[in-house]
Amino acid sequence: MRYSAFQVLKQGLTGNKGWQRAWREPDPQQHYDVVIVGGGGHGLATAHYLAKEHGITNVAVLEKGWIGSGNVGRNTTIIRSNYLLPGNEPFYELSMKLWEGLEQDVNYNAMVSQRGIVNLYHSDAQRDAYARRGNAMHMAGADATLLDESGVRQLCPFLDFDNARFPIKGGLHQPRAGTVRHDAVAWGYARSADSRGVDIIQNCEVTGMMIENGRCKGVDTTRGRITANKVAVCVAGSSGKVMALAGLRLPIESHVLQAFVSEGLKPVIPGVVTFGAGHFYISQSDKGGLVFGGDIDGYNSYAKRGNLPVVEDVCEGGMAIMPMIGRARLLRMWGGIMDMSMDGSPYIDKTAVPGLYFNGGWCYGGFKATPASGWCYAHLLATDQPHDTATAFQLERFRHGAVIDERGAGAQPNLH
Amino acid sequence: MLIDHPLLGLRDAAEFVYLGDAALLNRPDASSADALDSFHDYLHLRDNVAGEHRELWYHEQGDRSWLVITRNTLTHAITAVELARDVAMNLREGANS
Amino acid sequence: MSDRLALPGSHRIGHGLLSSEQSLTFTFNGRPYRAMAGDTLASALLANGQQLVGRSFKYHRPRGIFTAGSEEPNALVELGTGAYREPNTRATMVELFDGIQASSQNHKGPLSFDVMAINDRLSSFLSAGFYYKTFMWPKAFWEKLYEPVIRAAAGLGSLSGEPDPETYDKGFLHCDVLIIGAGAAGLSAALSAGRAGQRVIIADEDFLPGGRLNMETFIVDGLTGAQWAANAVAELRAMPRVRFMTRTTVYGCYDHGIYGALERRTDHLADKPAGARQVLWRIYSKHAILAAGATERSIAFGDNDRPGIMLAGSVRAYVNRFGVSPGRQTAVFTNNDDGWRTAMDLVQAGASVSAVIDSRNIPAPFPVPGAQIFMGSFVTGTQGRLGLHSITLSSGQTVYCDCLAVTGGWSPNVHLTCHQRGRPVWREDIAAFVPGQDLPGNMHVAGAANGSMTLTQALTSGHAVATHVLKELGATTAPASSAPQADEEHSGISALWQVPDCQGRSWVDLQNDVTTKDIALSFQEGFRSVEHLKRYTTLGMATDQGKTSNVLGLGVMASLNGKSIEQTGTTIFRPPYTPVPIGAFAGRSRGKHFRPTRLTPSHQWAESHGATFVETGMWMRAQWYAKSGETHWRQSVDREVTQTRSSVGICDVTTLGKIDIQGADAGAFLDKVYANMFSTLAVGKVRYGLMLREDGFVMDDGTTARLGDRHFVMTTTTANAVSVFRHLEFCRQCLWPELDVHLISATEQWAQFAVAGPNARRLLENIVDAPFDISNEAFPFMACAELSVCQGKPARLFRISFSGELAYEVAVPARYGNALMAALMKAGEAFGAAPYGTEALGVMRIEKGHAAGNELNGQTTAANLGLGRMVSQKKDCIGAVLSRRSQMNKDNAIELVGFIPEDASVSLRAGAHFIDRDAEATLDNDQGWMTSVAFSPDRNSSIGLGFIENGSQRIGETVVAADPLRNEFIPVKIVSPHFVDPDGERLRG
Repeated sequence: MRYSAFQVLKQGLTGNKGWQRAWREPDPQQHYDVVIVGGGGHGLATAHYLAKEHGITNVAVLEKGWIGSGNVGRNTTIIRSNYLLPGNEPFYELSMKLWEGLEQDVNYNAMVSQRGIVNLYHSDAQRDAYARRGNAMHMAGADATLLDESGVRQLCPFLDFDNARFPIKGGLHQPRAGTVRHDAVAWGYARSADSRGVDIIQNCEVTGMMIENGRCKGVDTTRGRITANKVAVCVAGSSGKVMALAGLRLPIESHVLQAFVSEGLKPVIPGVVTFGAGHFYISQSDKGGLVFGGDIDGYNSYAKRGNLPVVEDVCEGGMAIMPMIGRARLLRMWGGIMDMSMDGSPYIDKTAVPGLYFNGGWCYGGFKATPASGWCYAHLLATDQPHDTATAFQLERFRHGAVIDERGAGAQPNLH
Repeated sequence: MLIDHPLLGLRDAAEFVYLGDAALLNRPDASSADALDSFHDYLHLRDNVAGEHRELWYHEQGDRSWLVITRNTLTHAITAVELARDVAMNLREGANS
Repeated sequence: MSDRLALPGSHRIGHGLLSSEQSLTFTFNGRPYRAMAGDTLASALLANGQQLVGRSFKYHRPRGIFTAGSEEPNALVELGTGAYREPNTRATMVELFDGIQASSQNHKGPLSFDVMAINDRLSSFLSAGFYYKTFMWPKAFWEKLYEPVIRAAAGLGSLSGEPDPETYDKGFLHCDVLIIGAGAAGLSAALSAGRAGQRVIIADEDFLPGGRLNMETFIVDGLTGAQWAANAVAELRAMPRVRFMTRTTVYGCYDHGIYGALERRTDHLADKPAGARQVLWRIYSKHAILAAGATERSIAFGDNDRPGIMLAGSVRAYVNRFGVSPGRQTAVFTNNDDGWRTAMDLVQAGASVSAVIDSRNIPAPFPVPGAQIFMGSFVTGTQGRLGLHSITLSSGQTVYCDCLAVTGGWSPNVHLTCHQRGRPVWREDIAAFVPGQDLPGNMHVAGAANGSMTLTQALTSGHAVATHVLKELGATTAPASSAPQADEEHSGISALWQVPDCQGRSWVDLQNDVTTKDIALSFQEGFRSVEHLKRYTTLGMATDQGKTSNVLGLGVMASLNGKSIEQTGTTIFRPPYTPVPIGAFAGRSRGKHFRPTRLTPSHQWAESHGATFVETGMWMRAQWYAKSGETHWRQSVDREVTQTRSSVGICDVTTLGKIDIQGADAGAFLDKVYANMFSTLAVGKVRYGLMLREDGFVMDDGTTARLGDRHFVMTTTTANAVSVFRHLEFCRQCLWPELDVHLISATEQWAQFAVAGPNARRLLENIVDAPFDISNEAFPFMACAELSVCQGKPARLFRISFSGELAYEVAVPARYGNALMAALMKAGEAFGAAPYGTEALGVMRIEKGHAAGNELNGQTTAANLGLGRMVSQKKDCIGAVLSRRSQMNKDNAIELVGFIPEDASVSLRAGAHFIDRDAEATLDNDQGWMTSVAFSPDRNSSIGLGFIENGSQRIGETVVAADPLRNEFIPVKIVSPHFVDPDGERLRG
């Protein structure tokens, strides 16, 4: 069934009785061409592009819980392509372009909203670093403008320009950045993949990897053994756990990142604002909630919850630049498990085990990458060659020193 | 979180800075033939366990001790706290004996 | 009767627990009303017959007060005006004071005629998730048309847009036992723990402790429940080791017994005292007893959302505590015995009850004089426009009433038991979720929160849990300790979620307008897991987080699924229990106090000599010193550079990290942490050191001086002072514990000044005490010494130069810093000495090609910086092995070089990328970037440093500094990075 305004009208007039299931609930078959482990945004996007762009439809997406239950359903919904390094920027710009056509591509309104992002700077050195980045963006075909203080004032008059501990001197603005309704991304990809024949199998946890003669032949799951020509792991915070089933150690640590939403308020914040000096970023959802976050808690965790010091730190950052939010109330805080890599950049690669592929290490930047991650992972699975924009995302890059370290923080995951 | 510092007693974890897996104590031998590989693995590969994890914390807002803490990454329960220096000395003695 | 008429409000039927002496006035939507001290805004509105108080989120349906507590979904108001305006405030939790101003929210036009209510007429097109299915064509219309319309309707209340004018504090509390909730169970537990002498904190969100005891008519130990509670509170308050906190919500449970709590200090006062509005407490507990009670839930039936329809227990709260009957004619719809008490309490208080409708097919459990009784019946629909007028029963009969008290049973407040991912379990006998086995460490649950739903059970369980906790603490129970006594009450219930065959829509989530139809649609479309249900329909996502609606929604979903509620599961409870202002989490850390401000020792001197300051991390440093007549910063900076290079300049460089390193193995230790060799450094000498990270990239640089055989002093960059020290301690304690070496940070102990320029020595000769000889022969470049200055003040002198001039750095104990600055300037008067700031410092280091933060950005190698040969191949050091990786040593690697514009009148910009002449500015053509630029007075031109592929081999070549961001493409010549005195003659002179 195609979704459209006409359909909404028609169903509304007939008691909404005709809406069909958004995706089927099939039992797993014994064998697939490709088994994707992980029914999050990246796994579902991979399934969609495998089916749509490469015609590979004998595919299963295995999800241990309900689809979208991982980071795609618990992030701060920001999309942007304001990266610095050549290993990253073309990939994120591809992602941005895919976002721009997503809704028509999957026939699902994920509310891609290009409200813009501004990264504030507070010193000449930060300005110079942003100028370097903004130029890199231009050179990769993305958009960016460098704002001075008055430019930021015009965009965000509600910031504290007069009494800030770190005065706002300007910002790097990417107008095409914005926000997307996160759950709808998972649902839209799922519905589209399903309609092309992909089996989405929920409540199916992978418990073992079938490795025969050094080759991955499939997976054992809580719903039985499933064989596959290719097994594509795509499980974000659970990367360490799942890849350990294949005996692999990864350049990844799992960390908890908290995020926050306020009570619903009439619109006050038009786009996304990030305050790097204070570890704070914020936007306002279409429902009115202020959605904000900051740093990871900083210690290894699989607990999906954090502690108070970071909550306070994030709110301090918020009050430092926009003291008008003091009387807005924090409604809900939650934690997600981030697959923090050694240089802050991801992996989309084959592994040492033939037949086993890996996509992970997204740190806390995975949401914006969803379409390109799916696109490039599908490309790798279909052709066994990395996509042009993802050649740098190799698991073995540290062995050669080809790091993609945007922050220059070195091989310490909690600093990225 | 609270950390039961072996010298100072219970301290808020906010006084500490986290580094990572205590395996970082086992710095490889730089003179060995496979040093490049062993340093690569040492610095970059992680067990990243879901469960009991031995890890390094630094008491930055305190006495500047590095500690090895055994903490469950699923529950955050802490079951042991040791001075990293003691652990490192034991490792050396173990290696020498 | 005359007494009653004297009470403010036409619905006041008594004074409940309120003092009838003090009368208050307040306004709602500008209209004045009267109230009594002890009222909440909700009770006062009800007392005045104001049922309609707001509009729902999506359909803008008229909504009234639904509850009497923090679970309120409907009665959200904006409180206060101007910068004090507080949106989405629960009227049920607002403690009234004289002059309070409240207004309703989320409507266009008057509250009684909201034009946005058109949405209600369109509801069949606005079903759950409709927006995912449309608004996709034409593509450009989403941002331009659809979304602005949707956004305009977003949210409920609005922020003032002004900075929050009030302050918030943070505090830390420690206790043996934290008791959350001061109702029957909490008070019972607190009495046991308190009498045993334990350190107890008991907190309750209400301003009147006692919980349901204040809202019911029970007898405890022969007293009315309210009186017993008051006595218990008084006893507890008198105990020195008990801290009784009212207006305090324990909102979250964190690791290791740490709880977050918010105390509302001044919100209820007309005259605000000085100090914080609210205090955010972090409570460190050995044990915690959760006695948070239970929350009543509704039943889904047709048009069950009209103003006047309330939870039955809340109606009792208004009658018994506030002396208010919300309706003149009340009907009760119940599936349990508890609902009947509402009818009986109303009758007892002299109010009229028109009917009791009980869904259960049992004999009427209680007599209710004057009321029609319908057993085995349902309410299927309601009538009325802005308020309730009548209800329709399953028999088709109409019953007139202006208030309908509904109860579907009570849900224990298990929230905090789940904050660490515990899952509640279903108990069929009470039709409710109770805490599961996996509680947070040392948390115990008592009373209704644990499913002990009757008063006797609550009192007994509070006592029993406290006794257990005392045993765990090793404390002795007070002699003759026993639980308070109350009569056992009836508590039968038969679960009922949804009334079948209703007219109209049946609401589940009142604030977010989620109906049973939405849940059915969600099921139909496959959104069947509870989390999908929540996310697709927005059930439970409103400001009340589904306190009154979640379990009801699960019940409806379970019946569609044909599964049990247990199998259907619950969504995850997350902190905070009730919303907490962002300002409270920030506390005092806002504005200038966001982070500490560190001042250099000569700050005072600089301030009084015209310095402009700049934030450098936490530090405030002098950026330049404007002299009179200088109108542009460049004038000042150029002058400072020129004066320094031609005579002498002085700069406070205290912010550099200083680490004292001592021990027999200090030299060996430095060999391990620096890329170059230090053990060979002679006493009395300084060496530049390059520090790598273990991954082989450059971490930091600085100079280290050897003051003695076993004593070194290291300097670090300002930015890395803390992280380098941490790293060194890691190396010392974790990697090489066998070395005899000790470290201490001395950044704040020593004030340090650079004295640079051809006259630096002559100036210092007036400062350094005799007989110390600082002649070039006795104290050459890279010498250091401990000596004294200014008649006996201990000092350290280093002959090092960042500017490229003949230069020294002189350090004294920090307390002498300001005085030394003055002394240096005085001694420099004869030479026209200039104080210089960070800008001139930056210009001179760029002129000399020294790397700083923009070059040492964590992404560059020693080879990139032209310092590859400093990485000793003779020894192991941190980073040595991995710096040899192939991609870090590739042929066309970037190298640091200098740049000058072809046209000397053009200014360069840092951040530009280098491309070949005539090349397009694309990634493929990108060869590097400009890291730092300055105007060099020496060359009378803009100069730059930057990384470019093979830079050192390309001196003399011209490339383009491309800055598409600012639309500048400047031809630049690659030059040596040493713009001034490339051979270093000056600094050795």
